[in-house]
Amino acid sequence: MSIEIRNISKRFGNFVALDNLSLDIPTGELVALLGPSGCGKTTLLRIIAGMESPDGGNVLFGGEEATHVHARERQVGFVFQHYALFRHMSVFENVAFGLRVRPRKGRPPEAEIRDRVMNLLKLVQLDWLANRYPSQLSGGQRQRIALARALAVEPKVLLLDEPFGALDTKVRKELRRWLRRLHDEMHISSVFVTHDQEEALEVADRVVVMNRGRIEQIGSPDEVYSSPASPFVYQFLGNVNVFHHRMHGCWAEVEREGEAPGAGSIAFVRPHDIDLDAAPISGGMKAVVSHVHRIGPLVRVELEHEAETIEVELTRERAANLELSSGRTVWFKPRQAKVFPTGPTTAPATKQPFLF
Amino acid sequence: MTTTRRATAEPRWVRLLLTAVALGFLFLFLVLPLIAVFWEAFAQGAQTYWEALQEGEARSAMLLTLTIAALVLPFNIAFGVAAAWAIAKFEFRGKSLLTTLIDLPFAVSPVVAGLIFIILFGAQGFFGPWLAAHDIRIIFALPGMILATLFVTFPFVARELIPLMQAQGRDEEEAAVSLGASGWQMFRRVTLPNIKWGLMYGVILANARAMGEFGAVSVVSGHIRGETNTLPLHVEILYNEYNQIGAFAAATVLAFLGLVTLVAKTIVEWRMRKETEMLTAELPPEKTELPPSVATERP
Repeated sequence: MSIEIRNISKRFGNFVALDNLSLDIPTGELVALLGPSGCGKTTLLRIIAGMESPDGGNVLFGGEEATHVHARERQVGFVFQHYALFRHMSVFENVAFGLRVRPRKGRPPEAEIRDRVMNLLKLVQLDWLANRYPSQLSGGQRQRIALARALAVEPKVLLLDEPFGALDTKVRKELRRWLRRLHDEMHISSVFVTHDQEEALEVADRVVVMNRGRIEQIGSPDEVYSSPASPFVYQFLGNVNVFHHRMHGCWAEVEREGEAPGAGSIAFVRPHDIDLDAAPISGGMKAVVSHVHRIGPLVRVELEHEAETIEVELTRERAANLELSSGRTVWFKPRQAKVFPTGPTTAPATKQPFLF
Repeated sequence: MTTTRRATAEPRWVRLLLTAVALGFLFLFLVLPLIAVFWEAFAQGAQTYWEALQEGEARSAMLLTLTIAALVLPFNIAFGVAAAWAIAKFEFRGKSLLTTLIDLPFAVSPVVAGLIFIILFGAQGFFGPWLAAHDIRIIFALPGMILATLFVTFPFVARELIPLMQAQGRDEEEAAVSLGASGWQMFRRVTLPNIKWGLMYGVILANARAMGEFGAVSVVSGHIRGETNTLPLHVEILYNEYNQIGAFAAATVLAFLGLVTLVAKTIVEWRMRKETEMLTAELPPEKTELPPSVATERP
């Protein structure tokens, strides 16, 4: 079922959580709401679920007005960050809950409930845990049970609020691939909230980048990463170096073709889009290596250039060839940069590399 | 000394002294009076003791005490759960005021509480003439005593439940609603099982207070023998009449109720602790038994 969000606004006291936001989610897509904490993504999800009511605007499910439909009638599956499993019920009863609370005439007979619950538990690969209690499960298992419970009521829409946020990195990575696979099998419209850009880019069909109650960009994972619409999106998706063109005129001018001279602009360069050499390169700039961090397959080098810190990422091989060490003088040259004009709408750029 | 002592440990004599002071205090103020009560009650033998308890006024006092407790507790449960629910799960104006008001009966002297009801419903009170005209008796009758007992006992359940429900949050209730549960189903199947031990604990405390209440009930009861005398009031009357055996025999019943409360409280506390332990138990290490297709994707 498709979801349409039209001009939704929501305030909490003086805090504007959602500012006249509109969004279309087509049937069967897996959409990620991505943004920093406080950007309104969870509020939006809760409004779609009917757990929060908007101050203004409409929510449409499959083209039908659903803004004032009660949460229990929306046929929405909701998965919470902290699982919210019923702690005094066994895993089986947790999954069966949605079927058992149905009005008597719509309630399936006991044998059918049993079959459906066991099938769902098989789907999440946890049928052997049916008689355990939530407290006896690990975090990853709990979240899969929560997902099975949400699916038991055959929801038209699946909403996940930071579903992997409370899990450790390894489990998180495995679970999100598993979620992607599950979605490919079931084709149920799904929206998940995350602040983890890697998670959004890996799992989603489409990524909605949010900031301060507004949508910054909507696009495929590749689109938002390779052609970000705003400085915020660029900075939020991955590490970035920020340059102010007046300080680095020699190359920023080239990138700024067609722009009126004198207009302020900021250039962004990804750390892996910078060439580094031990010998002078044409068009390159001189800098001094201040730190060398070896992080797994990558080597992250911090350069000092005219009192600014520039971050460069190299492969291990390349770094070994250059024999990098702190204090060394090197030459660097950005391969590509993205230039945004500075205006009142752009986020204030920092001189520091934007790190997460 | 050959044994090593931890740097923070007090010398042995300090520890012994502190223990002795604590135990001595306990003996002097709790155990000794309890023994004295039973001693006095049985001073003229079990036969006399038994007869004192069988006596009509004593029996009606016991019955009245039980009646009041039985009528007050359902109100306490209803109010306590409603107030705790509102405070723990919702944000609204005047929430802190409500939280403070719940504690009011603890702050106000029970005698004042009794006087409030006299002022409201007494013969010269606000509603006195109207009540008299309609032949409704509240003061010096059962309704007044129930009101006074309600007033002094209503914080117990709510105070027990508020922190518990706040700690549990709203997630499970929201999950229940999103799965299609009605308000009653959500309360019955999710909220109530989660708070049952806390509720039980609050009820036990409220019950103990309801049965033992003296001040507030004394003001509104009128001390009509065999009619509006609860057990604590009965003890006082007998004692004032120099009926030692009767007074202490009735007191043993109260003491016995106290001991039962203590045992029930301990059991509930133990169950609550077990439940919290279960909920906060260390998680077993993460097992990732994943679908084969995903597992094989890994290098």
